[in-house]
Amino acid sequence: MMQLRHLRTLLCAGVLAALAVPAHAQLTIDMTKPSFEPVPIAIVDFSGDAVGAQIAEVIRNDLQNSGLFRSIPSSAFIQRTVDSNAAPRFADWRGVGAQGLVVGQMTNVGGNIKVDFRLWDVVVGQQAAGLSFNSQPNNWRRLGHIISDAIYKRVTGEEGYFDTRVAYVSESGPLTSRVKRIAIMDQDGANNRYITDGRTLAVTPRFSPTLQEIVYMAYGEGPTPPKVYLQNVDSGQRQLLGNFPGMSFAPRFSPDGSRVAMSLSEGGRTSLYEMSVRGGGPRRLTTSTAIDTSPSYSNDGTQIVFNSDRGGTQQLYVMSSGGGGEKRISFGDGRYATPVWSPRGDYIAFTKIMPGSFGIGIMRPDGSGERVLANGYLVEGPTWAPNGRVLMYFEQQPNGAGRAGSVTLHSIDITGRFGRQVPTPTDASDPAWSPLIPQ
Amino acid sequence: MVALDSAIARYMIDPWPERQNARVVVSGSGGTKIGNREERGAKTTRKREMRTIKALAALAILALMAACSNNEAAIPASTTVTPGSIADFRQNVGDRVYFDTDMSSIRPDGRATLDKQAAWLKQYSNYQITIEGHCDERGTREYNFALGERRATAVRQYLVAQGLPADRIKTISYGKERPEVVGSDEGAWARNRRGVTTLQ
Repeated sequence: MMQLRHLRTLLCAGVLAALAVPAHAQLTIDMTKPSFEPVPIAIVDFSGDAVGAQIAEVIRNDLQNSGLFRSIPSSAFIQRTVDSNAAPRFADWRGVGAQGLVVGQMTNVGGNIKVDFRLWDVVVGQQAAGLSFNSQPNNWRRLGHIISDAIYKRVTGEEGYFDTRVAYVSESGPLTSRVKRIAIMDQDGANNRYITDGRTLAVTPRFSPTLQEIVYMAYGEGPTPPKVYLQNVDSGQRQLLGNFPGMSFAPRFSPDGSRVAMSLSEGGRTSLYEMSVRGGGPRRLTTSTAIDTSPSYSNDGTQIVFNSDRGGTQQLYVMSSGGGGEKRISFGDGRYATPVWSPRGDYIAFTKIMPGSFGIGIMRPDGSGERVLANGYLVEGPTWAPNGRVLMYFEQQPNGAGRAGSVTLHSIDITGRFGRQVPTPTDASDPAWSPLIPQ
Repeated sequence: MVALDSAIARYMIDPWPERQNARVVVSGSGGTKIGNREERGAKTTRKREMRTIKALAALAILALMAACSNNEAAIPASTTVTPGSIADFRQNVGDRVYFDTDMSSIRPDGRATLDKQAAWLKQYSNYQITIEGHCDERGTREYNFALGERRATAVRQYLVAQGLPADRIKTISYGKERPEVVGSDEGAWARNRRGVTTLQ
C-alpha cells in the first residue's frame, strides 16, 4: 500500500510539471462550446518494437472515439520518423494540419518495458506533456490508455476515462430462455472475460467507485428469490449481501464504497434499504406502499435519487441518504426511471419512457435543465464515466416475430454530439463504468 | 530551439489485475435476515424441500420440453392426462393469467382462471405453489422486477382469499427477463404480462 501511495504522488508531480510549462498554449478544447471542431492530432507509431506501434493504435482509438479528437492518418505524415527525445519539425506537422503531436518510444529494460511519450503543441511549438512509465510487458494496452488519459486531461482540462473497465450483462440464446451473465472488458472492448458462469440469470452489475468490485443481482438455482452479491472482479471472491426472504435487487454503491443501497420486496411492496458491505443489519430508507427502486447516491453521499410510482406513475425523487425528505424532481412528459447521479454531482442521468420510444437524458439534481441525449425503441440504464462527461447505456432493437432484436452498448457525451456503439462479443446490456484503475 | 522538458516522472505501474486491492472477504459472514423467526427454524425443512423441489423441477422441465416439442398451442384440450397431475393443471385448469399494461389488478378473465385454480389446488393439496410474476419489455429492468413481484403477489392474494393456505404459496418475479412470446407488438406484450402458477 505504501508503495502504491508513493507512486501515485509521483504521477501527480509528473503531470503538474508538464502542465506548468505552456500556460498560453493553443492546444485546448472547451467541449461545452456550442460549435466545436475535433482537435486534429497526429500520433506517430512509438519507436522500439512492434508493441510501440500497437500502443500508438490504442491511443488513436481512445482519442478518436471520444469525439474530441481527429486522428490524422499516418499516410499523410511528412516527417516519417520522429526522435522522441528531440523537438519535431513543427512546420511539417502544421503542414498536415495537426494541432497536437504525440511521439514516444518503447524500450525493454531487464524484462520490463519502459514507455516514454511527449505531447507537442504544434501550434505554439512547445512540449505540452511528457511522462515515462515502467511496467510489465503484458501491461502495454493499459499504458496506452494511461497516456490517452494524460493527453485528454492536458487538452480538455477534464480527467480522462480511458484507463477504465466496463462490467455488463452478456446475453445469448433465445429470449424465452436467455442466458445472462456478468462480463467485464476494458473500456475499449479489449480483454473481455466473464465474471459469472451463466447457469443462473445475473444482471445489473454496478462498480464500486473506489475499488475493482461490483455488486449485482443474481437468481439462485430453482424458484428462489434473486439476491444481491458483492464480487471482486480480479480475485473472483463473492459474498452475499444480505439474506432476505424476499427479492433484493437494484444495488448501488455509496460514493465511498462502504455501503450499498438496494430494493427489497415484501408482500408486493418494494422499498429502499441500505447495507454496509462489512456486514451488519439493513437500514430501511423508505416506507411507501409503492415501488421504490433504482437508488443512486449523490456524489457527496448526502442524498439519494430513486424512482417511485407512489404518485401513480414512475417518477424521480430525491431524499436524504438516511431516508426522509422525499421530493419529486421529474415533471416532464412520460415516465422516468434508473436515475444515476454523476460522480461530479452536476447532473442526474435517467431513462425516460415515452409512448412508443425510450430516451436517455440528463437533468440537474433539482430537476431543471432536462435534455434527452439519445432515443430508441428501447434505450435504458445509463452509467457515468468517472469524469462525469460521458455516458454509456444499452439499446434493444424491436424483436421480430420469434426473433430477438439486437441488444448493444452505446456511449454518448453530455452534449449529445458524440454517440457511438461500443463493440462487445455478444449482445450486451446493463453497462457499468468502473472508476479509474488505481495506479 | 525548444528545450526539452526534463521533468518526466518515472514510476512503476503495478500489474493489472491488482491483487493488492482485493478486499478480504470474511467467508460465511452469512448476511442478515429480516422477517419472521420461522425463517431460521425452517432452514432444515427447506433443505429437504429443496431436494424435492429440484427433483420435481427436473420432471417439470421434462414435461415442459415435451410440451414445447409438441408446440403448446397445438395440444387439444381433450388430451387424456392423469387427473391431479401438473399436466392436468396446465391443460384443464390453466396455469396463467394476464395483466394490463403497468397494472397488477386481476382482470375478470383472470378471476375465472384463478377460481378454477383454487378449486383444483384445494382438491390436490399435495403441491407447493410458486407464483411467477412477469412483465413485457417496455419498462426498465429494475422497475419490472418490482412490478412482476406485485403481479405475483396479486395472484397469491387472490388464491389465499379463495381459501388456500398462505404458507403453501410463494412468489418469484422474473421482471421482463423471461418472456413467453418473442415479439415487439401488443400481441406479444399482452402475453408477456402474466402471472404463472407453478407447482412443486
